[in-house]
Amino acid sequence: MGIEVNGRKVEWVKNETVKYLLRRMRYTFPLVVVKINDKIIPRKDFSDVIVPDNSKVAVIHMISGG
Amino acid sequence: MVKNMNLEKSEKIKKKLGRSSVGIAGLGGLGSNAAVALARAGIGKMILVDFDIVEKKNLTRQYYFLDQIGKLKVDALRENLEKINPEIIIETYNLKLEKNSMEKPFIDVDVVIEALDRAEIKAAFIEESLSKLPDKHVVAASGVAGYGNSDRIVTKRLGNLYMCYDEHALSSDDDVLMAPRVALMANWEANLALEIILGEDKWALK
Repeated sequence: MGIEVNGRKVEWVKNETVKYLLRRMRYTFPLVVVKINDKIIPRKDFSDVIVPDNSKVAVIHMISGG
Repeated sequence: MVKNMNLEKSEKIKKKLGRSSVGIAGLGGLGSNAAVALARAGIGKMILVDFDIVEKKNLTRQYYFLDQIGKLKVDALRENLEKINPEIIIETYNLKLEKNSMEKPFIDVDVVIEALDRAEIKAAFIEESLSKLPDKHVVAASGVAGYGNSDRIVTKRLGNLYMCYDEHALSSDDDVLMAPRVALMANWEANLALEIILGEDKWALK
């Protein structure tokens, strides 16, 4: 049992939401884009979506400037 | 013989790009420079979206000129692109992209380029366009501020999202925005757009 976050193997925690996973990973950036198994997770759903076991999570940090 | 092969290849590329369309969200440093690169490369159609006017401070990095100050960016950029290629089809939208309808101008393009400025609006745009247009390829950039550190920039691909990314860059609130790095990332985005458009023919074109 385990998940992959940005290519790093991490322990899977039952019933953990995206919000708590980001907290556990210490991803404290204010703005991130999160994909789980290639599906984009809207920011408003971070507190509701549960991270499934064996999933691949990608977190991208958005930085101002353009 | 080799010469003929190259000619054939470049004709195929020209044809393909001429039939392709790219949408650009935001016409600042990223968007204006990416548009110029794509116009020169021969993209047939562009959809340009921005709500702003050209200001003097933009000239440090954006593809506008002194005599265009005060013009709408969509109009100024159209002028500049038409000076490069008058045959290009350009559709412009002078509007601010608002949440819940951000993907609308880009429904019919082959590739969407995110070239917005604030992190929040970038994240919202990526989120909306990927979820509402699931078959669309979206190219985005994050981490353009500063100078130097070109080697820190990487392409990160997540499904249909292609990020030109420097995760160690500071926010533009804390660092300068300057032409070389902004144009580097803008051209990186344009280059990714070409790769996506020509990608399916990569082997046939060889």
